[in-house]
Parts: sequence; structure tokens; C-alpha cells
Amino acid sequence: MWHRLLPALLAAVLVLGCIELLGAGTAQALAAEQQGAPAETAAATRADPGAPKLQRPDYPSLGVSSRTVVWIVAQMHLFFGALVLAVPIFVLVIELIGFKTGDERYDDMAHEFMKVSLTAYAITALFGGTLALALFLLYPQFMAYLTRVFGSQVLVYAVLFFLESLFLYVYYYGWDALRYGNRKWVHLTLGLLLNAVGTTLLVVANSWTTFMMAPSGLDPATGAVTGSIWEIMKGPLWNPLNLHRFLANISFGGAVVGAYAAFKFLAAKTAAEKAHYDWMGYTSNFTAILAFLPLPFAGYWMMAEIYAYSQQMGILAMGGILAWLFVIQAVLICTILLAGNYYLWTGMSRTEGGERYRWLVKYIAIVLVLGFLVWVTPHNVIYTGAEIARLGGGNHPVLGPLGIMPAKNIAVFLMLIYTFLSFQLYRRADKVITVAWRDWGNALTIVVYIVASANVILAGVYYGYFTNTVYKVGSSVIQVMSTVVVIASGVTIDTLMFRGAKTLPVYWGKVPERSQYALFALPVAFTWLMALMGYIRSSVRTHWHVYTVMKDNSPDNFIPALATVGNVVTGVTLLFLVFLLFIFWIANLSSTRQVPPAPAGIPAAGDAAA
Amino acid sequence: MKALARPLLFSIVLILAFASVTYLLPQMKGEAPDEKEVNLTDLTMDGYVSLGEELFAGKGTCTLCHNKLARAPDLLAYDVVKTSLERIADARYAGKARDDESYLRESMLQPSAYVVKGFGKKGTDDTESPMPAVDQPPIQLSEIEIGAIIAYMQNKDGNTVTVALPRAAPAAGKKAEGGGAQPAPARSAEAVIAKFGCAACHDVLTTRSPIGPSLTDVGKRLGVEQIRNSIIDPKAVIAEGFPPVMPDFPAMTLTELDLLVRFLEQQKGAAR
Repeated sequence: MWHRLLPALLAAVLVLGCIELLGAGTAQALAAEQQGAPAETAAATRADPGAPKLQRPDYPSLGVSSRTVVWIVAQMHLFFGALVLAVPIFVLVIELIGFKTGDERYDDMAHEFMKVSLTAYAITALFGGTLALALFLLYPQFMAYLTRVFGSQVLVYAVLFFLESLFLYVYYYGWDALRYGNRKWVHLTLGLLLNAVGTTLLVVANSWTTFMMAPSGLDPATGAVTGSIWEIMKGPLWNPLNLHRFLANISFGGAVVGAYAAFKFLAAKTAAEKAHYDWMGYTSNFTAILAFLPLPFAGYWMMAEIYAYSQQMGILAMGGILAWLFVIQAVLICTILLAGNYYLWTGMSRTEGGERYRWLVKYIAIVLVLGFLVWVTPHNVIYTGAEIARLGGGNHPVLGPLGIMPAKNIAVFLMLIYTFLSFQLYRRADKVITVAWRDWGNALTIVVYIVASANVILAGVYYGYFTNTVYKVGSSVIQVMSTVVVIASGVTIDTLMFRGAKTLPVYWGKVPERSQYALFALPVAFTWLMALMGYIRSSVRTHWHVYTVMKDNSPDNFIPALATVGNVVTGVTLLFLVFLLFIFWIANLSSTRQVPPAPAGIPAAGDAAA
Repeated sequence: MKALARPLLFSIVLILAFASVTYLLPQMKGEAPDEKEVNLTDLTMDGYVSLGEELFAGKGTCTLCHNKLARAPDLLAYDVVKTSLERIADARYAGKARDDESYLRESMLQPSAYVVKGFGKKGTDDTESPMPAVDQPPIQLSEIEIGAIIAYMQNKDGNTVTVALPRAAPAAGKKAEGGGAQPAPARSAEAVIAKFGCAACHDVLTTRSPIGPSLTDVGKRLGVEQIRNSIIDPKAVIAEGFPPVMPDFPAMTLTELDLLVRFLEQQKGAAR
């Protein structure tokens, strides 16, 4: 087991070594003080010099763009970090379900999910170490400042990292040894501790990111530390980012292990294997979409906090150059929703009861496609003079109104509502409802959908187009509440209606192979989306390392052209795909056993077949 | 192998499809603000106004909010000088400005002195502006740059530009001040002629000088634009028989220039 800890140890030693090197300067100054330096000098040395004001020569160069190097390595670290922090969360839930129901299939599936996460952990540590090295090498003074600001909190992070490694390996390798009875509780506790440490790691690392975006606990004029470490960590964007990343990680993790299940499903030789991996893929997709549905609300909170902190920063993201990237975000999220829905629709073929709802699929598809088209419509594009003359202005008379936020809000919320309808139909597909008030229940469900859809549309149109700008945001509350009511009432009504329902047989494995491609589309779109949104979040700082406190005067202190962004994001997504295939291959390899060589004189099985 | 190859191909095609969308978008780039030095020696009022226009859309990041999308008042859509005076007279005004120039300066340095209805921070009943002070991070405009934006704002609707051209860089660390005192611009053509010493070289008004061409009949010889250009760029066209010694007048405000041009245009008397 200890050889598996090696990458984690190396990464931690690397980080601590870099911190030690940076601390050497301070140590020398203190030594000078002790050797009789003038009192004023000593006092000045003790005082926090604040954020350094860097000039271009202060940035070491490797001959390639330092930002791109850090960008790629950081994004790879974040991909794998998200995976290894998220998978144990839903694995613990699945394990608990298996334990409570006594169905060992859950336990086996949870264990298999962890196999993927475990290999990813070593790669996370390696990219983490490389990232630390790249940052200290390419941005030494910036990192020295951050280290000074966060001080011993960095050591806490290192300790948490060791604990995470410890719990992860004991949790995984102790699975079969702690499988039944009270020992299972010990195992579940280990899983809980693993997740507690993992989530703490996440929020600690998030504080570095949000500090750079919205610094707190500092003298704003000099950047000198004036507050406690808690004041520094608890900036205005910390909790919104914590929630957003927590949900996004689960969704991303679900999507990635779903791809693993799809890969295994396509490679399966037997019906039993197909059934197992079909079920595993379904569970992964369920997890990914379940965590994905509240994500827009978390994103909304985060953007609202960004606007509250700095309207300029908010507008740069949503209305400046970076706003164009939200066109791609629309394409990506719509891909996720279409893939998730498509998987549910094809999944209804697992049971005969699915036929009852098939006629609704085309209407849901129409809502999704129309929503996609509205969402992807830009407010305006760059026209030639002749085009502007023909249009009679900078905006298309019909499509222009669809390009602004109110129209997109209507599209997004309707897509979420009707994605939930797909999910609700899927859940109903294998059931024959028998309660006496069945018709009233169905009628109530239909009314909820109609009223919620009308709310979303009317509130969006009224607030978006017939009120002053300042009131436009007013529609969001009604739209969010309508969507939440659909989901909450749908779950409640169905739960009550499913009492005593007759359950139809579900034939796991009986899905068309093309359905599995939806499970590949999900992680691809999630990965691209994660890299894109991470870039936007980071770029709103523009030419500041630490917004308003420490300027970025490096050669890369500009916002690159959008195609350049696309190239880097595509590059890291492809790189992640390569590593993912490696992980799948390793996970597959670990369950492959070589056929023992046949004793002399007896032909081997392969020979006999030949 | 087939189980891996097809999904792999599918994934790569999907990734490239997403990448291709970025190529369909406008390829804009966001440069960090250019901290260029303003050459005060050669700076003309037109150049100063142009600098203001450049800063308005560039380093000042004003257009991020002050645009047609109504995130903040669209300053290019109305006469800000006229509106400034109305706002100073408004009961909600909490600042100290007395004229449009000091109001504009104050609105950049203390944006909450007057918040236009509907544009205040949420929950403040339009008493607090979301606009950052432009001399503070992240914008950090210098006093000269703030003056340039005021000059641009005054000039864009044909109003009198009252901001004086900066003569020297302010002392290091000196902060821009709301409504700071500036040298009073000349208010008549005669005052402009006296201020810039035109009579030292030209026949003008009651004085006579042989160094430069007479200005008493200049309205007969040159059109309005030619007169204007000969003041803005004296060395572009040299009157025959006269030495190219006329200096630039970088400190001349646009109003002074207009006063002078209008006066000279009317000078149609007989040449000496």
C-alpha cells in the first residue's frame, strides 16, 4: 500500500520544500536583526511589506507562455482533484444503501467506483506537485506573497493531504475486510472521515482562489495582512464557490464513472456483465444529473455575489469579452441536458411500461431543442456596415430580444423542468400505480407543470421586457421557485402514488448500445465546461494576480482571443481523456487474471478452442 | 478494442465540435491597460480630448457599464454638461461641485455623491453607487487621465471644454481632488490673442508685427478649417515669404480655439 502513497508524499515534500525556500529570505532578515541591525531596520523587516509591485523582468521565463503552462497543469489537477473528491461522496451513499437494503450489488458497485477514484488519486497528486513546482518556478514572488498571506494554513493543507491519503487507502483496501456487521460501520465511518477531510481540502484550496478574486483581511492600499487567517479565507466569494464546486464535482465525478460503466458495458461479453454495467451506468447518470440540476442556482448565487463585490467584475464576465464564452457554455450545457434526457428515454426500453410514456418524448425534445436555440442565440454579432444598414440597427429585430438574459432564463428553466419530467417518466416506467386517487394525482402533476411553465414564461417576459433594468432580476426568484416546486411536488406526489404500486420487471442490459454514447457525451461536455468556466472565473481578475491589490505585469497579463481559449480548453480535455483511458485500462487490468499455464501434456484452453 | 475505439472517436469529434464554436465567435482580445506616458510638451487640446475618448473605452473601462444596455446611464446618449448642472440643482445631490467640470470629476472620484435613480446598489434606495472610484484599483486613473475624460465628455456635445491642458505631471502621490481649481480659460477672442501672444508676430487688432502674415484679412484668404488647422498645426502649411517659427499652443482649450477661429474668420479687412 505504501508504494501507492509515494506520489502523494512526493507532492507534499515538493510543496513544503518550496515554502521552506521562500521562507529563507525572512529567516535571513530575522538573523540580521538578531546580529544587531538598527532597531528601525528590524521593525521594518518585521512589518508586512504588502503585495510586491512586479515589473516584467521579475517574471522568469522558460521560453513558452508561463500562463499556459500553469493553466494546463492547474486544470489537469482540478479535473482529477474533482474526481477523487467527488466519487467517495456518492460511493458512501451507495455503500450505505447497500448496507441498509442488504443488496450486495450496491456494495460491489461502490467498490468498483472507488477503483477508478483510487488510480485517479495518484495522478491528482502528481499534477498537484507539478503545479506547485510550476507556480513557484514561474511566479516566485507572487507565490511568496500568497505563502506569506496564508502562512501556516498551507501546512494545515499538507496535513489534510496526508490524512486524505491515509483514509482513502484504508477505505479502499479495507473494503472486503470490513464488509459485514459492526465492521461495516467502521468502514462507513472511514468513508465519512475520508469525505470530511476531502471536503475540508476542497474549501481550503478554494480560499486561495477566492482570495485572488476578492481579497479580504488586507490593507487594500498595500496588500499587507491586517486580519486573521479566518478573515483572509472568508472572502465574499468563498462560500458560493464552495457550494458550486461541491455540486459540480459530484456531477463531474458521476459523469466520469458513467463513462467507465459505458466502456465496460460495450466491452461486456456476457448478459450478466451487461446488466451490471448498465445498472452502474444508470446510477452514474442519475448521480450526475441529480447534482447538475441545482448547479444553475449555485452558479446564480456565485454571480450575484461577484456583482455585489464588484459590478465591474460581474459585467466583465457576463457582458464584456468573456460573455461570448457563455455562448459555448450554452452549447455545452444543452449537450449535457440532451445527453442526460436521451439516456433516460432510451432507458425506458428496459421495461415494457416505458411504452406508455414514449409519446411524450417528442414534446420534451421540442422544448429542449427550442430552449437550446434560444440559449445559444447571441445578443448581437459583429456586422459589416451594409448588414447593419439592412438590419436597421445593431440587433436583429426578431432574434435580438432572444439574445438577452430574460429569454435565456426562460429557456434554461424550462429545460430544467422538462428534464425533470423525463426523469419522472423514467421512474414511473416500471410501475403500475394502484392508489385510488391515481387520476387526481396525475391531474395535479399536470397542473403543476402547466402553472410552473406559465410562471417561468410570463415572469421572464414581464420582468425582462416590460420593466426597468433594475427589476429584471425580479423574474429569477419566481422562476427558481417554480422549478423547485415542480421538482419537490413531483417527488412528493410520486412517492405517495407509488405506495402499493405494481412493479414491472426491469431488464438491465436491455438497452441499445447507442444509449451508452450519451454516457460518453456527458463527461466530455462536463470536462470542457469545467475548463471553460474555470477559465472565465479566473479571467475576471484581468491584469491582477490578486484583484485590486497585486498587479500582474507578466507578458501574459491579457485576456487571450477566444479561439486561443478554445484551443487550450480542447487541449486539456483531450489530455484528460488520454489519462482517463489509462485509468480505465488500469482498473480493467486489475480485475484481469491470467489463465494459469496448463500442466505438461494437457492442452491449454486456448489451444483446445483453436 | 472496438469497445474503446468508437467511443474514443465519438468523444474526440465532440470535443472538436465544441472547439469549433470558439472559432465562430468574434476573436476579441482583452489587453491589460497601457500605462503610456502622456507627452505634455506636444499635447494639444484635440489630443487631450482624443486621449479622453481612448481612456473612456479603454483603461477607464467606462463603456463596460455606460452603454446602451442601461447598466449605468449611457453618457454618450445625452448632453452630460447640461445634465450635470441639473443634477447639481437636484435636492438629492450630496456633493460640493459648482459647475459641470467639478461635477464630472466628483462623479468619478465619489460616485455616490449623486446616484441616478434606478442605478444605485441594490437595497440602498439609490444612495450608494456600484461604480468604483476611478482613481482607486482596479481602474487607477491618474489626475491627467481623469481630466482627459472630462474634456472628452465636455467636447462630445459641442460644449465648452473648461479643463486646462496639463502642463506638468502632478507630484508623485498627489491624489486627484474633486472640483480642483484650474487656470481660468480665456472668455473672448481678444483675451485669447492676449493670452497666447499672437500680436507678437502678427498684425491683429491694433498691433502690427512683420514676423508673421497679417491676420487682419485672414478671413478673406483662408477658410474656417484652414484657419483652425494653421493654429493646431502651424508648420503644416507655411505662408509664402514668412519663416516657419510659429509655435504649437498645447495649452489652448477647444473653447479658446473656437473663439479665436470665429474671430479670425471675420477679419476681412485690407492687408497691410
